[in-house]
Amino acid sequence: MSESPPILALKDVRKAFGAVRALQDVSLELWGGEIHALAGENGAGKSTLVKTLAGVHRPDEGQVLLDGRPVEFHGPGDAQHAGVAVIYQEPTLFPDLSVAENIFMGRQPRSRFGRIDRRVLRAETAKLFVRLGVALDPDRPARGLSIADQQIVEIAKAISRDARVLIMDEPTAALSGNEVARLFTVARTLRDQGCALLFISHRLEEIFDLCRRVTTLRDGRYISTELLDGLTADDLVQRMVGRELDTLYPKQETTIGETVLKVSRLTREGVFTDVSFEVRSGEIVALAGLVGAGRSEVARAIFGIDRYDAGTVEVGTVRLAGGSPTTAMSAGLALVPEDRRQQGLVMEGSIERNIGLTQLRSLRRGPVISRKIERDRAADWAIRLQLKYARLSDAVGVLSGGNQQKVVLAKWLSTEPSVLIIDEPTRGIDVGTKSEVHRLLSELAGQGLAVLMISSDLPEVLGMADRVLVMHEGRLTAEIPRDQATEETVMAAATGQTRQEAA
Amino acid sequence: MAALTADAGGRRFVDMVLRARELSILAALIVLVAVTTAVNSSFLSTQGVKDIFLNASILALLAVGQTMVVVTRNIDLSVGSVVGLVAFASGKFVAGHDRNILLVLVVGMLIGAACGVVNGVLVSFFKVPALVVTLGTLYVIQGLDYYWAHGQQINAADVPASLLDLGNGSVLGIPYLPLITVVVMVAVGYYLRAYPSGREFYAIGSNPDAARLAGIAIRKRILTAYVVSGVLAGLAGVLWLARFGTVVADAAHGWELKVVSAVVVGGVAIVGGLGSVYGAALGALLLTTIGSVLVVLKVNSFWQDAIAGALLLLAISVDRLLALRVNRALRKRNARHGA
Repeated sequence: MSESPPILALKDVRKAFGAVRALQDVSLELWGGEIHALAGENGAGKSTLVKTLAGVHRPDEGQVLLDGRPVEFHGPGDAQHAGVAVIYQEPTLFPDLSVAENIFMGRQPRSRFGRIDRRVLRAETAKLFVRLGVALDPDRPARGLSIADQQIVEIAKAISRDARVLIMDEPTAALSGNEVARLFTVARTLRDQGCALLFISHRLEEIFDLCRRVTTLRDGRYISTELLDGLTADDLVQRMVGRELDTLYPKQETTIGETVLKVSRLTREGVFTDVSFEVRSGEIVALAGLVGAGRSEVARAIFGIDRYDAGTVEVGTVRLAGGSPTTAMSAGLALVPEDRRQQGLVMEGSIERNIGLTQLRSLRRGPVISRKIERDRAADWAIRLQLKYARLSDAVGVLSGGNQQKVVLAKWLSTEPSVLIIDEPTRGIDVGTKSEVHRLLSELAGQGLAVLMISSDLPEVLGMADRVLVMHEGRLTAEIPRDQATEETVMAAATGQTRQEAA
Repeated sequence: MAALTADAGGRRFVDMVLRARELSILAALIVLVAVTTAVNSSFLSTQGVKDIFLNASILALLAVGQTMVVVTRNIDLSVGSVVGLVAFASGKFVAGHDRNILLVLVVGMLIGAACGVVNGVLVSFFKVPALVVTLGTLYVIQGLDYYWAHGQQINAADVPASLLDLGNGSVLGIPYLPLITVVVMVAVGYYLRAYPSGREFYAIGSNPDAARLAGIAIRKRILTAYVVSGVLAGLAGVLWLARFGTVVADAAHGWELKVVSAVVVGGVAIVGGLGSVYGAALGALLLTTIGSVLVVLKVNSFWQDAIAGALLLLAISVDRLLALRVNRALRKRNARHGA
């Protein structure tokens, strides 16, 4: 350790959102001239930590230290002023403004009378792009830039600020090999200039390639900080997961039956291309891949939310007309969406109302909906799914994430589907309830339901799936049976390093 | 611009695309005027042109203020009521006294500013949706105005000649009213384009989350936008009195929708982030011209609102269609890059 204090540090930080404890007693030290990795599963609290460093969240307890002195960031502006720059997972650009304006927003070069000096603005931007080795027109609007280019603009923004601390929250998730290499070169240059960097990635080899030290979080708790030198990938996974996979993923043996969902050559231009696969009854098929690979989009197209340009979807023997969720539902499809709060539930509505939503017609007595039938139906499902609640008339908003997910499941299972598509089944759910959701999925498959599970959670994919389909940049790149599926084979296909023909 | 580099060419292209909306409105205006003049040659008389500009001035002034609000992804529906209130209040203020014009203008704008502060604080600090807040203040201000007026009206005879001269007189043949509007429009337009804080209004409307992360003082800017809209509505109120002399309590009743139409027709995106005060002012001029054209062509004036409405729908449809096309093109282009 050097004598001078770390540039930026967290000390025993706690942060809770309602009942969810996002961070508990987490400490982190970022030293100048070093790239520090932050590892952890989805939902481990990495993003909350980043937002705390960036001044978006204020810690409930604990301190943020800048150059060893406690500081309080009252907003993102304060953090930026202190030299902390963040590149978020999702680039945060202004689509209607020019690239140059995006980079210098809030710090535009001025000429006389405080006006923006557009000539200098343009020249400075061009200089930054030369330094980054990219050819972008400073005057073009940010709208329509590819994710990689948006990322570059974000990096240019950070560099232009002469940031002392650069935090990168999964910057490589949507980048190609060349773009990642370019990013790493920039990161190393900044490190050599004395910046402190915090790097977050799901790709372990990137962490080992780029970083010197790693801090691991699990379920919002601080686990360890250590030098990567001498650590193996397995060690790191062990710290992130911290438990044996078998107990967490109670996979039942099932008998696999007929094909119930058949997707052939499905294409939506610019989003996904030539996607073909089958799901049989009793089978859990995982659809893995990096964020932005087009997995959710495929699910949305199958269910008829988005249209597709070519290909077919068959459920049983019925060929679905695209673009109609109603026909998809009556054919036996159910879709549990990625975002429970926005897409899965009416948050202010009661548990019973939410469960009844998919089946309003069958709740009728005469022309009107019967509260009694609605309540009985909901109570029945609550018992079957072991829902933890106080009253069925409570708003679903007060439930924990896991129990909310059960309500979404009840809502869709009550339509008696033959195929369940479930997008990120356990995102943002605590570990205990997570395994309950997993057990439930296993049971449902055991009863003959065909399950298509989209998941970014690699242990979940490996633990639950009978078969793993992997997507990369809008195409299926691999189909891996359960016994051959490992972290390496799945990640290799997800990052486009192997291109097996999907059977 | 002396430096003619390769990227200046690119810049000019982008500028041209952004200006396309203003140009197409201008083209529509020219066609409209040409056709009408062909039918009735007296349409383009000096007096006729002067009348159109006089009539468009107040609407354009309000459109300039509204643009600042709409660009931040908000809306100000209370402007019609503010014009009514200020017109009546300043009428009361000057009736029977010989007041200094500047003082009248300042009082009018202060009343407008107060209304703007109420709107702005509710929208920015209490995070109440702008539509609801300004709909509420629309009725509250209107109610206050009616209660105060109690059926009275301000008569031109009570208004000092100096003020009436402001509304109807001219300098070097150019009437004061359009002159004031153009000065205000250029000032606001220049501020929005050339100053860092001006660009922040666009940033807020373009992506509020990113604006927050960029450390922009969102609440302050939104408050400013409402205050500017209020002040300009106050100014418009005094000018209304100056132009018409006779003012009843429901002056400018229903104008808020006219103003919003002008702004949208003028190419300001209703979802914020895009558009200029020049476009909005042109939109106001176009709507006013259509009104005059209908009179000249002896079309029943009831049609005027319907045509304004149709134009609004057309403008929004064209915007949406263009946006979809651009998105589709970009999607396909990116796809080819990816493959």
